Formats: sequence, structure tokens, C-alpha cells
Amino acid sequence: MALLSQTEAQTILKKVLAFSTADECDATLSGSTGGNVRSARNSISTAGASDNVSLAVEARFGKRSGLATCNEFDEATLRRCVQRAEEIARLAPESPEYMPLLGPQQYLDGSRSYVAATAAIDPDYRARQIGASMALCDQKKLSSAGFLDDAVSFVAKRNSKGLEAYQQLSNVTFSVTVRTPDGTGSGYAAADYTDAGKFDAARLTKIAADKAASSVKARAIEPGKYTVILEPNALLSNVDTSLLGALMQSLDARNADEGRSFLSKKGGGNKKGEKLFDERVTIYSDPLNAEISDLTFSGDGRAQQRTTWIEKGVVKNLYASRFWAQKASIPDLPRPNGWIMEGGTQSTADLIKGTAKGILVTRLWYIRPVDPQTLLFTGLTRDGTFYIENGAIKFPIKNFRFNESPVIMLNNLEAIGKPVRLSGNLVPPLKIRDFTFTSLSDAV
Amino acid sequence: MKRRDFVGLSGLAAGALFLPALPGFGHAAVDPARLLEPGADASQKKRLADAALNAATAAGATYADVRIGRYLNQGIFTREKQVQNIASTESYGAGVRVIAGGTWGFAATNAVTEAGLAKAAQLAVRIAQANAKVQKEKVQLAPQKGFGEVSWRTPIRQNAFGVPVAQKVELLLAANAAATANGASFVNSTLFQINEQKYFASTDGSYIDQDVHRIWPTFTVTAIDRASGKFRTRDALSAPMGLGYEYLTPQAADRVPGAAGTGLIGYRNSYDLLADAALAARQAREKLTAKSVAPGKYDLVLEPNHLGLTIHESVGHPTELDRVLGYEANYAGTSFATLEWKAKNLPYGSKLVNIVADKTQVGSLGAVGYDDEGVPAKRWDLIKAGQLVDYQKIRDQAHIVGQTASDGCCYADSWNSVQFQRMPNVSLQAGPAKLSVDELIKGVDRGIYIAGRGSYSIDQQRYNFQFGGQVFYAIEKGRITEMLEDVAYQANTQEFWNSCAAICDESDYRLFGSFFDGKGQPSQVSAVSHGSATTRFNGVNVINTARKIG
Repeated sequence: MALLSQTEAQTILKKVLAFSTADECDATLSGSTGGNVRSARNSISTAGASDNVSLAVEARFGKRSGLATCNEFDEATLRRCVQRAEEIARLAPESPEYMPLLGPQQYLDGSRSYVAATAAIDPDYRARQIGASMALCDQKKLSSAGFLDDAVSFVAKRNSKGLEAYQQLSNVTFSVTVRTPDGTGSGYAAADYTDAGKFDAARLTKIAADKAASSVKARAIEPGKYTVILEPNALLSNVDTSLLGALMQSLDARNADEGRSFLSKKGGGNKKGEKLFDERVTIYSDPLNAEISDLTFSGDGRAQQRTTWIEKGVVKNLYASRFWAQKASIPDLPRPNGWIMEGGTQSTADLIKGTAKGILVTRLWYIRPVDPQTLLFTGLTRDGTFYIENGAIKFPIKNFRFNESPVIMLNNLEAIGKPVRLSGNLVPPLKIRDFTFTSLSDAV
Repeated sequence: MKRRDFVGLSGLAAGALFLPALPGFGHAAVDPARLLEPGADASQKKRLADAALNAATAAGATYADVRIGRYLNQGIFTREKQVQNIASTESYGAGVRVIAGGTWGFAATNAVTEAGLAKAAQLAVRIAQANAKVQKEKVQLAPQKGFGEVSWRTPIRQNAFGVPVAQKVELLLAANAAATANGASFVNSTLFQINEQKYFASTDGSYIDQDVHRIWPTFTVTAIDRASGKFRTRDALSAPMGLGYEYLTPQAADRVPGAAGTGLIGYRNSYDLLADAALAARQAREKLTAKSVAPGKYDLVLEPNHLGLTIHESVGHPTELDRVLGYEANYAGTSFATLEWKAKNLPYGSKLVNIVADKTQVGSLGAVGYDDEGVPAKRWDLIKAGQLVDYQKIRDQAHIVGQTASDGCCYADSWNSVQFQRMPNVSLQAGPAKLSVDELIKGVDRGIYIAGRGSYSIDQQRYNFQFGGQVFYAIEKGRITEMLEDVAYQANTQEFWNSCAAICDESDYRLFGSFFDGKGQPSQVSAVSHGSATTRFNGVNVINTARKIG
């Protein structure tokens, strides 16, 4: 049941709207089916499967709104769901931030967000992939812990003003931590794909295994300011707060206008149009990008367009709710899903070659905000930290705690590498000077 | 409920009242009145459970359990004078967990019928059998006797879902007004309420019906100085609790005064939302001009609403046996407190440090009658007089440390999540000798008093941590002198707990709570309390977190 076709989904949504007696009605149908498997100590620990389809109906009377959902789709259930949304709407307080529903929208065509190979994944496929990962670590006498998660999904929207949308998505994600048996070395790799045909757990596990083996006997060096090469996993994560993710999450116009953002200006207003980063920093979103194709519409039905957020270090756009965009008379831009940081052609290995003295960071972890005023974050290096001298890795070093702001970091830019896909974004490795490490950690 | 569900429901992410964004959350929105309706009765659930257990056994499972869960949540979200969102949700379904071929398998369904559960059971067995081919460590369960048909309920006095939404909205808006009247530029306030109606059955012969309640009122007050562009926030000093709506009726006996000179009030089993909102606004404003801390070594005096998170991160997580053994290596990490480390009898803390794990404490978030694999709740020692004496473990881990019983701390955050080891309440015991907060501070020559939960970060083996707080006060020659800002302390877990120099007595003891503790893949949340009394730690490294940008 989970993946309804466009026709099947819109047939249900048309029925829903036909039952509505509200001033406005908006219906969203979404579903996903998938599974996961988890390993530790080179053995399977847990595994599961999930399958769900859900309908959400929003009914509106004037400025009052009510939401109800159901997951059965016979006529009687659909009718009850609409009635319940309308009952809740009648009891709701009026919203001072009411915006009428959107009418028909033009969405971009050609997003390749769904690949059939991912839909074909079954428990045997998952067991084979995670089995290959564990076998590789067995051979190398290393210990692995991994997680494989896959799903195919769809989203369909329709409202009483004539808006209509439908899209399918597929995704497979894998991450693995490999440790030496004595616990003195650790490595990590992670990747995600729209097309399961590109996924090879053993290839990724080898990267983590090499990091683990080469990170034993780490030496302690003094904390302080260092030139660092931050690999993509050190800049972005789908399981933790991250420095680049946090920056992109902070481009909200309302927070900036209200005076509670690093983008707020002394005396009022925001810093849109100001150059806040090195001129090589350009970040945009594009739902049609071949590597990270994504939804072409947002949750409230707005079209996702190719949008430049930061261009040559200048803040070009901020996203906003429809209410705030209208109130502040700014472009009506929804928050993007994935985003792309422009880079060059150099690999991480190339960046190392061009470094006289520095530190290679595989990953940053347990990142938490310290001061929202300056976007200061703290966290630690993890799963492979190495000292670089004269263009080569010299020796593994003990992990550090950092206190750093992505705003300062993107001003101290030395070089940008080639972007790679991570958590549905394209992220390059970055070489940064004066990155602030404040203490040592014994953790491996 | 997963944290992302609440975030999605809050409408804050979308920045608008009008939902939906993509309804990615698995909970159905319902009329608030529905949250009071009873779910399926126990006899009906027993029939459904038996269908799942029988199907699993017939398909080849050597053990099976089934959890039929109805998870009810309500979140009320406001800012200043307006309601942003009222989300009442219900999630109903069942998860079947099996062992086949010595391997775990799990499948969940929202088709809660005998046929639906049987199908899920068969899929769980199929998954287990597929994985058994590549699995090496066979699952070994500690024995657990069946209890037959039993039930348990959180001893609440007033069901929060029975209180009209309008009354709850009125309270939050009154708190916002109190904050605004005291200098807040903005205030966001929220009331979370949760009811888990869980039915557990297993092939061991248990049929356990439980009704678990939790509540959390909270807010963030923001003060802005437009001229300088500076802003500061102060969060509520409430704690999420395993209580009903009675938590929001303040009682004088539950008020615990903070250090003299701070105006702070601590709260036990009831909370004064309005008083705290007013104080928060005054303190947020004061933070705008407070003195920036001089970095260096200080004696820290940590009150329970702050210390709870430090206990959680530096004692709660490192003593989880699954982390110690490597089962969480790919996500949250492992632990410095390995079995070898413990065997060496290395001191975890000073002799004053006694820390207990407890799934029975009344009013706590972790309190239940039985865990999610049918083991009765209990209380046990983790650290005694500074020595690590035990871990937190569940049925499939006990044999690894040579034990024969689970500690009863297995939990799943939903019917569609697989249960695994989760932290019980982990609490620092109050000092045995009479000692008030002000008496404790009298002995401090150069220190900082810290209240409330702030920024927190710790490494993947729980050695190195950094914590902030909500408010900070300088202590000089035995008394509080002024407010400080830009404070964070960095320490090593073992050094920190060995620097524990004094603990106030039972009269200062109260619970802190974490509502959305994340662990596992796919990630699950869990709610857990941490009790303590105000405690002194000597010579801790304090850094200054002020920076300049643009």
C-alpha cells in the first residue's frame, strides 16, 4: 500500500476535498516503506521493517484552522477525517498569522528523486550488504558497528484553491564505525544515495577500517589554534548538529529581523546583502541537481526553486514563512531541503599535499550551540585525527574539543575541495586556518 | 514520541500556525477530547497479543514478545500573546520482536488486528532468519518469569488531558505576560503532555498493561538590546516530571530557595510557572550587562536543575552496558568505564559520591511497573563511595557480565520502534550531614554558582565534557557577589567527580529531567530524571565563551 501512484493518490485527495464544507481545505497524503539492519561487534544486533501511509487534512474557517489525520482510505473514514478537521477548526483560536492557501503552482520538472532499484531492497539484500561489511572487518581483525536504513516514499498534495503536487523519493543510508580490538584506533565512513545501485557497504567499510588501523598510538599535542582540513563528515552530519548544517539552519529572516540571530543588525534589521564570509563561499539549493534531486515543493505547497543563499561571501537570501515574507516584504522563499556548497576540484588527499603543517579531521561530534549571538559551537574530533607535515600525514593525534563558529571558520578559509554528497547535500572538504581547539580528550 | 515529531508539530520549524508541513510524523492529530477516551480493553489486547505470539512461534521463533501501544501526546505552543499551535496526537499500533536462529527480528504494524499482528510476526521471523545467516553472537536471554495478567499506572492526581485546552493556553499566555511585564522582548512557552498506554505480552507468560504519564511546562525568554544588537535568553527552571497536571499547581512546600543573593527558586513536585517566567525575564535582562567571566580554575557550586544534566552525561551514559560493550559504537559511542577499567577498581569519584539507578522513584520520568521486555522495575547502586559497582543492563546483556538477571531498563519510544537498553533514573544521593546551600557557599573562597541547563557536549567515550548553564553568579569569600556571563566549564569525568567536595542534605534534593534523550539507530528518544542536591566541585577549569563576529 505504501507507494501510491500519482493517479491513486490524487483520486483519494479529490474525494477528501469533495467531502469538505470548510472555507478552505488542504490535504496531504504521504507514505513510506522500508527497513533497517544494525550491527555491532561484527555481528547483527537489531533489524526492523516499517510501512505507513498517512493522510493529513487541514480545514479552515476564516482564520481558524484544524488538522486531522487517518491511515485508512475508505469513503467513510475519509469523510470522518474531514469532519474531524472541521470540528477542530471551529474550536481553534483565530491565527493572527493567517495566510490564504496557495492556488495552482508551477513546480520544476525533472527531479530524479526516485530510483526503482532502491524499492527492490529486501531483508536478504540488507543481510548481504551488512554481512560484507562485517566480513571485511573479520578478515582485518577489526570490530565494526554499522547501520543500514532504506526507504521509498511519496508525497501528494491537493487543496481547494487548485494546488496539486506529487513526487516519489528513494533513499538508502549507511554508516559504519570500525575500531581496533584494543580500542586504541577508530574510523568512520558514511554515505547516502537515491539509487541503491551505487551503494557498496564493503567499499565504505574499507575507508573506515583504514582510518581505524592508522589511528592507533595517537600522540597528544597541545590544544590551540591550528590549520585544519575538515572532511565532509566533519562539516555535516545527519545524526548530529553540524557546523555547516547549523549555519544553513540559521538563515531564517524572522529571527534575524527580531534581533535574535547572528544575522541581526545593531539598531534593528538584518545583515542580508552584507559580506560575512570569505569571497570563495557560495551556497545554493537546487531540487533538480542530478546528485541530490529532492522535493520540488515545500510542506506548505510553495515551489522549491534553485536559490542562492550565500554568493561570494555575501548573504543573498533568507528564507521565511509566507506570513513573514509578506509582512517584511521580502522574497517568499521556503527553507530548502538539501543545499550545495560550491567547491573546486581538489580531493581531501590533494588538500593534504598542499599543507605544510596542519590537522586532518575525519569527523566532529556532539556539537552543541554555546552562544547563538556569534553562532559559537563546541564539540570534539572523532574517529581519526591526524597531524600533517610537509604535505603528508605524519602520525595520528589524540582527539580535541573545539569551540568555534562557522562564521569565523568561513572567514578563515584557505582552500575548498570537491563537493561530495552527504545527507542529501553536496559538501566539499575545507582547509581552515586558526581553528580553535580548547582541550584534549582521551576518547578514541 | 520522537523529538522530531514534536518539533514538526510545534510549527516552529515552519514558522507558522497553519499546518501541515509534510506530515512526516507518525502520529495522527486528533481532537483533544479523544485523548481521554479509553483504548482497547485488556482482554481484547490479550487476544491480539496471543495471535502475534502464536504466529511467531509457528513461524519458527524460539522467543517472541509483542507490544500493543497507544501513545497520546499534546503540545501547546505559544509566543507572546498568541497561540502558535495546539497539537493533539495519537499513535496506535503494535511491534513484534522475535528470536529466530539465535537472532533478533522486529516488525511493526498499525493494522492492529489478529491478521495484521500475525503478518508482522511472520515478517519479524523472516528478517531474523535472513540475518541469522551472517550473525555470529547468538542472542542469550536472562531468564524472566511470567507474571500473568498484571497492570501498573503512574500515580498521578490529575490527568493533564482532562484539563480543558483553554485553561492550559490561559496559563501559558499568563506566563508570557509575566515575562513581558518584567522586561522580556520575546517569550516562547510550551506545555508537553504524554500518556503511554502500553500492553506487553511475551512467550514467557506475561500480559502487562501499563498507563504512564509525563508532563513538561517550559519556556525561553529572550531579552534584546537593540542599540548594541546583543541578545540573551533564559530558559525555565522547571523539570519534566512523571506527574499529572498537579505539577502546575504550585505548593509552598515544593519551593526550595536557591543561593542567597540570586533570587532563584528550585522546585520539587510542583512548579510556579508565572513566578519563574517573571524572574527569567529579569535575569535575561540582567545577563545583557553582566560581567564577562575571567577564565581560570574555580570551585563550582552546581544546583540540581543544572547538575542533573552533568550526571546524565558523565555517569548515566558511561554506565550503560550496551555502550560499554560496543553496541552503540556507530552512533553515541562507547564508554571509558570498560569492564577492564572497572576490574581495576579505579575511583570514579570522591568518597562522597553515591549514585543510584532507579526505575521506581515516584514522580520521576523513568518510573514504571515493568520495562518493555516484562522485567519488574527496581533500584540498584551504580557508584558506592566513589567506586563503580554496577552497570545498567537488559535481558540479552546480563550473561556478558556473568549475571543472571536484567535490571529492567529496556524501553522503546513507540510501538514501531524496537526496545533496547535505556537509561533508568540515575541520581546523586544527598549528603548525610545537615548542610544548606548557603552554608556550603560560606566555605568557598573563589567560585561560581551555576543554575539551569545550558549548552552541553561530551566525547564519545565520556571523558571530556563542556557545560554551560542558564545563570551564573560569582562567589567571593563565602558569598554571592554578582552575575557573570560567557561561562562554560571543561573537565574530565573522573577528575570532576573526584573533585566533589561537599553535597547539601536531603532538604535540597530534587529532580532534573531530560525529555528527549536520544540513542540508537534509528534514533529513539527516552525520558529520564536525575536527582541531586546542590554540590561543590573544587578547582574546575572555566573558559570564557565570548567571541566577536562581523
